[in-house]
Amino acid sequence: METLDRPDPTGQAAAPDRPVRLIDIAMLHAKLGLSAFGGGMSGLVFHEVVTRRGWMNEREFLSGLAVCQIIPGVNIGNLAIYVGQRLRGWPGSLVALSALLFGPFFVVIGAAMAYDWLRQIGAITAGLAGVTAAAIGLLLVVVIRGTSQVSRQVGSLAVIAGTAWAVGVMRWPLIPVVLVVVPCSIAMAAWRRRADG
Amino acid sequence: MAESNPLIALAMVFGPLSLASIGGGVAILPAMQHQAVDVHQWMSPQDFVDLFAVARMSPGPGSMLATLIGWKLYGVTGAFVATVALFLPSSFLCYAATLTWDRHKGTKWHSILQEGLTPVGTGLLAAGAISLFRIADAGPASWAIAGATAGILLLRPRFPPISLLMAAGLCLGGLHLLGIDVR
Repeated sequence: METLDRPDPTGQAAAPDRPVRLIDIAMLHAKLGLSAFGGGMSGLVFHEVVTRRGWMNEREFLSGLAVCQIIPGVNIGNLAIYVGQRLRGWPGSLVALSALLFGPFFVVIGAAMAYDWLRQIGAITAGLAGVTAAAIGLLLVVVIRGTSQVSRQVGSLAVIAGTAWAVGVMRWPLIPVVLVVVPCSIAMAAWRRRADG
Repeated sequence: MAESNPLIALAMVFGPLSLASIGGGVAILPAMQHQAVDVHQWMSPQDFVDLFAVARMSPGPGSMLATLIGWKLYGVTGAFVATVALFLPSSFLCYAATLTWDRHKGTKWHSILQEGLTPVGTGLLAAGAISLFRIADAGPASWAIAGATAGILLLRPRFPPISLLMAAGLCLGGLHLLGIDVR
């Protein structure tokens, strides 16, 4: 939790001293591609990229994640593009996305071939439900850390709760919700900046 | 004829869907079904549901369903074309967007935008957790696993999460083998 204690008004920090090697980006994304089931992978990416490796800080990750989710595309694929781009430019993005998809590409085809046999095995289905539940736990970690980062800003807390409620509970379409919430949140950030300075 | 070549047809279906998948791959699921089953009649509705289940059971993004549709139609080449068509257009857009985002790092408006977007990203993740609970039909066991995972990682941020994912899978899979089905 070190990064939480250090105020970071510019959002610039935690840039690694040396450039991250492409092979490390590839290895991480190959692992990410093969290790999460049924969604919830963003929590795992956060753990590996921010908590464990310190390749970027929480604010960089979360704001980049919002950009990735707002524009079209598979969220986890966009996140690979962002992480790769941020660390090593276009070669980083290319390597991250390719490594992310390489393993699942062959596994999913193998699974389709074995499908008739696999669906008889209830233990596999039950086990995958367990993996999904743990992946939800990883997401909760990011939500808790992101929330505690802004715990003194009532407006930001309202933005978090409002977005979660509208998209998660009410299942309103993401784009209109974001079109309302983002300008409000940015206006509050600008207002705080003016009040501070 | 373009329409008679299955590879071109796959690219023509998934390329535009790539740019339509606003809010993630789930957004284009109904459109995928419509194109694969009704429009092009590449497979029966039951085939589609089976492939969907396989994609959900497998590691990686759920959108690997596109890979399977391509595979069903034209083997590994079809799978490759469908995957590239689904990921390439949105990836270029994402690259351009995040590059622009990074170029302006350090400017005052960038840090204001970043500060404004951060809670939105957090809220969207919370929404993701909520809808995962719903999709997975999660019960008390899932809540307990999710809570325990979060607790361990908050107390020990460097604990390897893969081991937690595997332990959770083994736990529910093992209980099933003992005749206890909990979710």
